[in-house]
This record gives sequence, C-alpha cells and structure tokens, in this order.
Amino acid sequence: MADKQMKRSIITVLGKDSVGIIAKVCTYLASNNINILDINQTITAGYFNMMMVVESEEVIKTFSDMSAELEQIGEEIGCRIQAQHEDIFEMMHRI
Amino acid sequence: MLNINEVIETNQMIHEMNLDVRTITMGISLLDCVDSSVDVVCEKIYDKITTKARNLVKVGKEIEAEYGIPVVNKRISITPVALVGGACCKDTDDFVKIAKVLDKCAKKVGVNFIGGYSALVHKGMTPADERLIRSLPKALASTDRVCASVNVGSTKTGINMDAVKLLGETILEISRQTSERECIGNAKFVVFTNAPDDNPFMAGAFHGVSEADTVINVGVSGPGVVKRALESVRGKDFEVLCETIKKTAFKVTRVGQLVAREASKRLDIPFGIIDLSLAPTPAVGDSVGEILEEIGLEYAGAPGTTAALALLNDQVKKGGVMASSYVGGLSGAFIPVSEDQRMIDAVEAGALTLEKLEAMTCVCSVGLDMIAIPGDTPASTISGIIADEMALGMVNQKTTAVRIIPVIGKGVGEQVEFGGLLGRAPIMPVNSFSCEKFIARGGRIPAPIHSFKN
Repeated sequence: MADKQMKRSIITVLGKDSVGIIAKVCTYLASNNINILDINQTITAGYFNMMMVVESEEVIKTFSDMSAELEQIGEEIGCRIQAQHEDIFEMMHRI
Repeated sequence: MLNINEVIETNQMIHEMNLDVRTITMGISLLDCVDSSVDVVCEKIYDKITTKARNLVKVGKEIEAEYGIPVVNKRISITPVALVGGACCKDTDDFVKIAKVLDKCAKKVGVNFIGGYSALVHKGMTPADERLIRSLPKALASTDRVCASVNVGSTKTGINMDAVKLLGETILEISRQTSERECIGNAKFVVFTNAPDDNPFMAGAFHGVSEADTVINVGVSGPGVVKRALESVRGKDFEVLCETIKKTAFKVTRVGQLVAREASKRLDIPFGIIDLSLAPTPAVGDSVGEILEEIGLEYAGAPGTTAALALLNDQVKKGGVMASSYVGGLSGAFIPVSEDQRMIDAVEAGALTLEKLEAMTCVCSVGLDMIAIPGDTPASTISGIIADEMALGMVNQKTTAVRIIPVIGKGVGEQVEFGGLLGRAPIMPVNSFSCEKFIARGGRIPAPIHSFKN
C-alpha cells in the first residue's frame, strides 16, 4: 500500500490455547508502530479465538509484509494468524 | 464496532465452507481493433488486451491478500470475434489466427480463460458468423484458454435452426479434433439463447456491443456456505428455509460487491455488475447437488428436485439483489454435471437423467452444462437437444445454454476426466429416437407470442 495511513484492519488468531499468544502478537504490533483499538477473545471447544482491531497513523511496513510476518509468528506458536482489512466484515454484517 | 462472532463467522465461511469470489472478469471492447487486414487486427487486439489487462491478475492477488478472500479466477471477456473479424477474415484460417492471438494475450497477462470467440446469430448468420462457427473445431483445438459461444435464439427473434443444425455437426467435429485431450474443446464452447452481454462466467462470457470500452464484472459463489447454513434448519418449514438461503446469499454477495468495487477502483475501470451465481466446483463441500440434498432430496434428480431448485434460485436472487447496486450476468444456481461431485454421484446412482436436467434448467440460471454423451451420438440428435433447450429459454424469457461433450470412442457407463475446475463426467445415455427430419427442415422458428400466457 502506498498510503501512509493503514486502513483499519482486523487481526484474528485461531489455535490451541497456550501461554504468551497475546504477548507475542502485541510485541510485534508495538514494534511496527501499529495501534490496537480493541481486543476480544473467546475460547470455543478448546480453541483460542482472538480478534484485534488495529490501525496505524504512520505505517512502517506494507500490509502484505505485515500480514506475512504475522502468519510466520502464527506458525511459530502453532496458531493461524490472519490480517484482513476491516471492510470485508463490515460489508458482510452491516447494512 | 464489529463483534468477534461476526469475524469468526466470515472467516469460517472462507476457510471451512469454500466461500470465494469465483471470478473477476474484465470486459474489453475490441470494436476499435477492426481493420481490413487480419495481421493488423491481430496486432491491435494484442496491444489493447495486454495494455488494458496488464494489472488484472496483480490486482486480483492484492485484493485476495488484503481481505483474506480467495479470488479464484481472473478472466477476460471480449467483443464477439465474428464482429471484430468480419471485415478481415476471408476464411476460417483467418479466424483461427485471431483465436491464437487471444490465447497468446491470455497467457501473457496470466488469465486462465478469455471468452468471446463468439457469434450472435439468433436471427440470421452473416458470412463472417458462419466462418467463425466453421473455424471453431480448429480454433478450440489449437488454443488452450480461448472460450467460445454462439447465441442461436432469443425471446424476441425466435431460434435460428440453420445455426442449430450447423452447431450439431460442429460440436461433433470439435470433439473429433480434440479427441486426444478428452474432447476438451467442447468444455470451452457453449450454445445460448438470450445470452447476457455482461456474463463474467466461462465458457459463455463475452463483452456485449452495448457495453462500455472496458468494464469489471464479478462472479461470486458459495454453495458450501448455503449448504452449511441449511444444516442448521433441518426439518423446518419453507419459510425458514427460504429466509436462511436469502440471508446467506446476501452475505456472500456483499463480499462480491466489495471485491468488485476495490478491483474497479484499483484498475481504474468502471464496475459493471455482480453475477449472483452459486457456482459449484468438484471440491467436496462446494456443491449445488449437496444443497438440494440438504433441502430434503435423497439425490439431485429425485421428484421434487425442480421445485427445490426453483426456490433455491429465487432466494439466491432475492438475497443477492439487495446486497449489490448492480446485478446482472446469469445470476442463479449453476447445475453443471462434471463440475459438481454430488451431481456426478446422482448420475452414477441413476437418479439424474438428461431429461430431468432439462426440466431443472427451466428454473435454474443456465442450462445443460458440462454433460458428457456417447461419441457416436448423431449430429442431428445433438441439434435436437440444443433446440429443446433453446426453446425453453425462448418461451420462458430466460437465458438457457448447452455445453455438451460427445466423447469420441466412449459410451454410456464410461467416464471422462477433464481435471481441475472442469472435473470429471460419467457419460450419460441419450434418447436414441431420431429427430433428423425435424432438424433437416432448416430456417427459423418464429418468436413466441408474449400474451395469452398459460
């Protein structure tokens, strides 16, 4: 993305619950100047589900780099981490 | 603010129920490529397509990465080639030249299909139209990504039976010329009545003459999502059933609308339409047959199938229409046989016949689609099957189509494997009584009356 400002995005983490998942993701986001607006989590059927709403006034990395690095972190801790622009959820669930 | 359950629901649709955007199709007018020299036309076509569509695949991938939704196909539709080549193509080989350039363009820009090697002959054939039809066997045999279509009928003009007769013979010849590749030529060729100008789905996509210079059309899909939603309302009445399909279609279409808007913005090309179709793939859990079973049928083809498909098709449209500003194309449920595992199973179980499929096409979005028949079927019988299907479309004011594959050297009980999205098809029996004298008459079936409806 050429824009300096990042579109508001949703990061989801899905996987087996373990120690330090949130810490890992938050550390990464902080070091990349990405602000967390909201965090929500739930555990369904033993699976850890987390959603973060994030944005950044001044991005350091492109969206695709950030997304790939988060995916990488996910693999290290045995979770699926995905970053998506917020619009896809807004479109589907809001009229 | 979004809640976590909504986010989980969307991602489950994508990861577990095969929700995807089936295609972003860029329509490109080639009317400005007309010239009296075939080489100049080829050059102009190559330049225009490779310029206009150079970023199509890249943008599709970007959208896929940023929104986390698969955009399965990126494709191109073009002005019917019979119009573009009319002035310069003196024989069928000139048309084949154009087909090869189109194939080259598709490979250069990285799209998997380019549609519009087409002729519109629903009232009569020009010499160019006829040459294009006669060039089809060679054109489809010598290209990989070119898709062809011929519109032979419409509600307002009737059915061009000369063209129907010619196409019966042509379809057999296409099979013969591609017999070493499982007769795949006919998987890329479709015969229409009331063909839409803005259909993004292959093999029938072309860029109609009433369209702008370039346009972005998007085809959504999601049979798996509908199937899963229906699992939660087993045994409930039709009101609940219909509401569930409608709500699901709404959600699926909204994603298509978002992708279309983004693609249009990033490519700087106007947005045309969203095609609200349930398009199955051979993947498990991506099947229209499975939805019909979930509605309450043992197999697609059982009594009640036409009614179930009618309500499914209608609810998909009702939900989808509200989700998008512009709806067009084919919009409905596709019932291809080879591309839908549960439809294949239904044929193999003896539940689904050609005649039942024909009845189903009265209420679904297209027609007899991806059906394999014995290679020794007479040309007149193929023409008869086409004529029947075209008559349904003509009288009912809807699009109908035939994409049928006579498989050379194979008979009923055997099967043919196309691979990939085209899947595999069991060879279906065809009614063996003759319609030769009917097809031999020639001429045109007049347009039907539009009053006194019964």
